[in-house]
Amino acid sequence: MASAAKTNKSERPFNFLRWAKSRKGQQTLIIIGFSIIPLLLLFTFTYFPFVKMAQFSFYDRNYIKVRGFVGLKNYIDVFKRPDIFKSLWLSLYYMGGAVVQLALALYLATIFCFGVKGGNFFKGCMFFPYLINGIAIGFIFKFFYTRGFVLDTVLQWIGFDLENLPYWLRDTSINNVSLVATSVWKYFGQNMVLFVGAMMSVDASLYEAAELDGANKWQQFKYIMLPSIKTIVMLNLIMSITGSLSAFEPPYVIMSGGGNGTATYFVKMHEVAHTSQKLGLASAMAIVLLIIIFIVTILQKLFFKYVFKNAEDEDKGAAAKREKKLAKLRAKEAAR
Amino acid sequence: MTVGDNVKKYLWIFIKYFSMIFFSFVSLLPIVSCVITAFKTDAEYQNTNVMTPPESWLNFQNFIDAFQKADMGRAFLNSAIVVVIVVAGSVMIGSMLAYVLNRFTFPGNGLIRNLFLFATLLPGIAMQVSTYQLMYQLGFINHLYGYIILMMGTDVISIYIFIQFFENIPTSLDESAYMDGASYVTIFFRILFPLLKPAIVTCMILKGVGVYNEYYSAQLYLVDKKIQTVAMSLYTFTGPLGSKYNLICAGVIITLLPALIIFIAFQKQIYSGLTSGAVKG
Repeated sequence: MASAAKTNKSERPFNFLRWAKSRKGQQTLIIIGFSIIPLLLLFTFTYFPFVKMAQFSFYDRNYIKVRGFVGLKNYIDVFKRPDIFKSLWLSLYYMGGAVVQLALALYLATIFCFGVKGGNFFKGCMFFPYLINGIAIGFIFKFFYTRGFVLDTVLQWIGFDLENLPYWLRDTSINNVSLVATSVWKYFGQNMVLFVGAMMSVDASLYEAAELDGANKWQQFKYIMLPSIKTIVMLNLIMSITGSLSAFEPPYVIMSGGGNGTATYFVKMHEVAHTSQKLGLASAMAIVLLIIIFIVTILQKLFFKYVFKNAEDEDKGAAAKREKKLAKLRAKEAAR
Repeated sequence: MTVGDNVKKYLWIFIKYFSMIFFSFVSLLPIVSCVITAFKTDAEYQNTNVMTPPESWLNFQNFIDAFQKADMGRAFLNSAIVVVIVVAGSVMIGSMLAYVLNRFTFPGNGLIRNLFLFATLLPGIAMQVSTYQLMYQLGFINHLYGYIILMMGTDVISIYIFIQFFENIPTSLDESAYMDGASYVTIFFRILFPLLKPAIVTCMILKGVGVYNEYYSAQLYLVDKKIQTVAMSLYTFTGPLGSKYNLICAGVIITLLPALIIFIAFQKQIYSGLTSGAVKG
């Protein structure tokens, strides 16, 4: 912009007002005016902390005092400290939960697409937990899992004996499963809504045609629904890996900061940063996690490129496959 | 139809409705048990099972107590201030940036898009370590405005929803307005912004619910009790009040009500907003 102004000047005296009224000038001004605030916010609250964090990770420091440069020691500590490394393993529970959650969402979304009376009511019930704030969820499930309270009562109704039931949050062999269950509870309805949205984008006449041609529900699911939502299911599955690595809310709010061996990586990081005030170590933990997330994301991109090539090809391929299967079904019907 | 087909049909109907009812029950059970307990007096709470209905469904004493003990009037006011400003700010910032990115080709357009896209990969909580220090240096800790600015700065989804929406508004509209002598600012505010209404409603709801429910940054940066938000006001019930679940449940239900009302009123927009956001992401 500066150089443009200079060349202008050499030809005739530069008039800012005239420039500002010209089309080019208006465009430049609006581009700068409309994007400066978002960019300022983005850099201040995302990129600046990111760079700072990368820098912190090489120092031994707390919020106020810098104790000195320590090189890679913080990174080595991330892998050497057993409590931190163990917390990374807890992610596996959350990955397991994510798979259950997606399967459940897929199953329920399929049922919705075949039509259910009162479907909107059921959908609303299952979706609502997604809109509850984290701290309320913490209290709800502390109450829910307390000995002899909600869960125990319901299990007693269907014939369990209180004596044989574990302490859902205290027993270290089960408490992580209890926590993962709350996460599944919160998100399966939201996943289901996403899947229903994708499934509904399929032309309804396709189902009618399939029905007329004698395709049963399972065949309709396999050949019509599944291809249309393959991309979004895969996307959610892969996203759930990064989501599991950064699991935070259940142990943080229900176990008041991850007691009883439920501290996930993020909870541990929060504790290292805000309780032990080891900023360097916490930063190194964050960077390690970010690197893992980047690797997963790149793998995901490659995977999509490799498997689907691009979205249009995928749709065409799926459509062709569908046609072929339907033709086969028709032929079978005719033969009978 | 043979008998076998009939059996299959009814079995399918049974499985269908059983699944629906079962999972709706699972979703509602934790919340309903809270509602039941919230209506119980102290004596009732101690002497009856948690799933036994309360003697009177009109016993609102717990709600009144919870509201006063947690100073929820104040908290609702704070939350309202935060939600209104953050939502208005996000909508303005998001739609303006989306307008520029969608309507003009200029060097850096792709770069800006990528910068925002890349930012979605950085999980917010991971960044808190250094964000906290930044907030400290800016003097933003323990001030409502600091928290509001932080909340506005980390919004990417609304930008995407707006860009998507702009793609469906023909550019010939801007072009003819420009020919008629309107400036770009006028075109944006007078012509395009009103057309964005559906996208604005979607963003307002998603962002509004998100901000209303936010608790992690709130508890880091809003320490003073006078500036606590609704979600945080529930923290009053830890400590000595931590076992009075009839009171706690009443508090929890109070904080749920706004989300429930918004949800019932804007169900369709919430579903479609989520779907459109996810397809892009």
